[in-house]
Amino acid sequence: MSEETKKNKDALLSVRDLEVVYTSSGAVVHAVNGVSFEIEKGKSLGLVGETGAGKTTIAKTILGVLPDPPAKVLKGEIVFEGRDLLKLSEKEMREVRGKKISMIFQDPMTALNPLISVGDQIAEVVSLHENCSNKEAAQKAMQMLEMVGIPADRYEEFPHQFSGGMKQRVVIAIALACNPELLLADEPTTALDVTIQAQVMDMISELQKKLNTSMILITHDLGVVAESCDTVAVIYAGEIVEYADKEELFLNPQHPYTLGLFGSIPSLTDDVDRLKPIPGLPPNPEDLPEGCSFHPRCPHATEACKKGVVSYVEAAPGHFVLCNHCKDCKKA
Amino acid sequence: MRKYIVKRILLMIPVLLGVAFLIFAIMTFTPGDPASIILGAGATPEAIEELQEKLGLNAPFLVRFFDYIKGIVTRFDFGTSYINGTEIRSEILMRFGFTFRIALLSMVFALGLGVPLGITAAVNRNTWKDTTSMAVALFGISMPTFWFGLMLSIIFALKLGILPPSGVGGIEYYIMPCLAVSMSGIASMARMTRSSMLEVIRADYITTARAKGQTEKVIIWKHALKNALIPVITQAGTTFGILLGGTLVSETVFSIPGLGSYMVTSIKSRDYPAIQGSVIFVAAVFGVVMLVVDILYTVVDPRIRADFSKGGKKKK
Amino acid sequence: MSAAKNVKKQKKNESMMKLTMRRLFRNKTAMLGLTILVVLLLIAILGPLIAPYSDIEQDLMNCYGLPSLQHPFGTDELGRDILSRLIIGSRASLEIGLVSIAGSAVIGIIIGCLAGYFGGTVDNVIMRFMDIFQALPPMVLAIAVCAALGPGVNNCILALIISGVPGFVRMARASVLNIRGMEYLEAATAINCSTARIIAKHILPNALSPLIVQITMGVANSILSASSMSFVGLGVQPPNPEWGAMLSAGRNFIRNYPHMVIFPGVVIMITVLALNMLGDGLRDAMDPKLKD
Repeated sequence: MSEETKKNKDALLSVRDLEVVYTSSGAVVHAVNGVSFEIEKGKSLGLVGETGAGKTTIAKTILGVLPDPPAKVLKGEIVFEGRDLLKLSEKEMREVRGKKISMIFQDPMTALNPLISVGDQIAEVVSLHENCSNKEAAQKAMQMLEMVGIPADRYEEFPHQFSGGMKQRVVIAIALACNPELLLADEPTTALDVTIQAQVMDMISELQKKLNTSMILITHDLGVVAESCDTVAVIYAGEIVEYADKEELFLNPQHPYTLGLFGSIPSLTDDVDRLKPIPGLPPNPEDLPEGCSFHPRCPHATEACKKGVVSYVEAAPGHFVLCNHCKDCKKA
Repeated sequence: MRKYIVKRILLMIPVLLGVAFLIFAIMTFTPGDPASIILGAGATPEAIEELQEKLGLNAPFLVRFFDYIKGIVTRFDFGTSYINGTEIRSEILMRFGFTFRIALLSMVFALGLGVPLGITAAVNRNTWKDTTSMAVALFGISMPTFWFGLMLSIIFALKLGILPPSGVGGIEYYIMPCLAVSMSGIASMARMTRSSMLEVIRADYITTARAKGQTEKVIIWKHALKNALIPVITQAGTTFGILLGGTLVSETVFSIPGLGSYMVTSIKSRDYPAIQGSVIFVAAVFGVVMLVVDILYTVVDPRIRADFSKGGKKKK
Repeated sequence: MSAAKNVKKQKKNESMMKLTMRRLFRNKTAMLGLTILVVLLLIAILGPLIAPYSDIEQDLMNCYGLPSLQHPFGTDELGRDILSRLIIGSRASLEIGLVSIAGSAVIGIIIGCLAGYFGGTVDNVIMRFMDIFQALPPMVLAIAVCAALGPGVNNCILALIISGVPGFVRMARASVLNIRGMEYLEAATAINCSTARIIAKHILPNALSPLIVQITMGVANSILSASSMSFVGLGVQPPNPEWGAMLSAGRNFIRNYPHMVIFPGVVIMITVLALNMLGDGLRDAMDPKLKD
């Protein structure tokens, strides 16, 4: 991104120029293409984008749990508390996982081991990182269950005895059990019933504030971002196309893709007959278009967009846009 | 849990009765009259008539079946052989030990060697360890059990002379039969464990375990293995059945006086009560093994346990 | 991961069948298996035309011949050429394997589809009946049937068919149950498709891939079982050649003439191995979960 942001010394985590590919039967899938962002202590960043934009890959790369093969980190660095996570040994990385950085997964139905009691699954992460007896770990696990609103006497029960929302609470309890510095929440409410989505999301935000944990929230729902994030990065085809403070982005969106996303949200105030979907489909990551990867779907695309490198421009202080004609789209 | 076991045992009864009925019916309606078989060619019609009366062959089919079952249940009596008049019960009991010992030992080998082999292959996927063990396993499931026994016999008994070629006796007599019979079991268990393990390793909860900072070793042996074993245990009963069949056939190779050779000689001499008794007995043993497998299954998988404690039906 | 899913979506335009075939043809092991099978089938068909000697004619001057230039696999206790007997014998062995699985598959699939489609009492009766058959190890069931019918090729085939049916019934039933809840079936019912048509046109094709794998592996198992049956004297009767029966006959001379049991066994193993290689390849090719 720009030089100013790179110098930010308060950053807890800063990801720089990250590139990740998947190799599958000869074809190379460019999942993440030069992504940079950072996050300060206690703040939360929203990563917004369509399915397949590379959001989950970014989170898994930070945590170092990408399946390799087929995934491979080509370049970039992930600096966390002064150390590049990509350069740590597997043993050092294990110390970080679960303790310093933890993750809430998308699908609570499959994220818990069906054969181990939920309490033991929480206690596992505690006894791995805290120097304590099994009994103390179990005690801590019970506290965590209470904290996410599950009675501690359900410790011995198995995942299949819990509903989806309850399972996600257990996953959250696992993620927060060791007071991590950074929480990666990968679409934590997508797989849940609409009625409990808000409940779970509120709980995550509340606990995040209470424990003063930084959070990267991955979602495709701008509404969720509006409620829980401080900064927002909009991702398209493995690139951040727009990056700004939440207020700035919502009041003053610049990139045609971001505008498209806003255009496809139903509004309560304006009377609109039809939503405006973004025309076309996300590009095939095996074969990304040359130039700006959004140009085939962009209403403002010119010859210049089809070739050559597009670079970031700063629309307002701290508001970066990856577009050739930022001013154009503002008028539109 | 106890309720489930009792229920499961009760469910076994109609199935075993069904097997007994089926076998009894096949043997009864088979062409060929037992009385003429016993008396041999050249018997007078009167003598045949008399013997039929004596054996109770003239009674209606269902009455005979009922008497037969009553004999088994109350006195553990399988009747007497047509050929030499010996008690079938004592023959079965004497011979069964050899057969069961070999089948059970082979099963132990199959699980004890096959499962670790499968895990090793899955964990080291696409390395030489994986390729070699899977190639060996492919050969293992493709060899006739009795032929592998013959080959072992050529090498270890005839050429090297370090193992007795046939008969029964000390432990050295069991080495070759068990090796021969267990080969296909080891191979199929290894293949099954590998594919089940590969499936489980991709599961989300394994990523969760990694995200906790757990070591690969614990992830494989605690989180993955238990889950991967579920389909393997489900298949364990069937595998035991196949090994039992393999044992019956291989007994001929090593001249082991087990149930298999008893059945083969009985078939050749058309000794129907003997065949009937052996088959029903094998079915009962197999049923008990399946029962044990099912109980094991519920011990490992809490979901099944819950299904039963709720009194729900078993899902197939 | 989600990026990779995207790629799959776009490849879906290609028909499932084509994709499977392409994957299968890329699999070297499966292709080797297929090649071996084709060669074996050709040998079985051409049989008498390519066999160097007669399969039953005895040559008592040449008993127990070790492998030589005239008799590459040697001769047996009656001086018959083992290679020729193996070539002619391939007909019986392959025939038993193929016919018995075809029989089991057809009967089993029909019964299984009926059980799965109608459910309720029909299903219950059929499945309890299958429970009884499955209460016996398949080999024991086959032996029992053979015992009642008497030894011989046809009885052996019948015995193997019966012992193979329950497996196919369960599999077909499970597939049907799996598919029965799907909405496209409701759609078919809604446009007034007959039951038979729904089963044949909509259910069967979708249940096909596990069945194809089961059939391929089933032929392998059935050839093994058939050789076992012949080995204990319940299958093909002498003097007709069959691989298992040849093994059984050769066993008595194993001490001095091991070639009489080595070659038939190797041939059985190669055949079964080829079938299993093809079966593994088919399974991998049809597995939608395997992307690489």
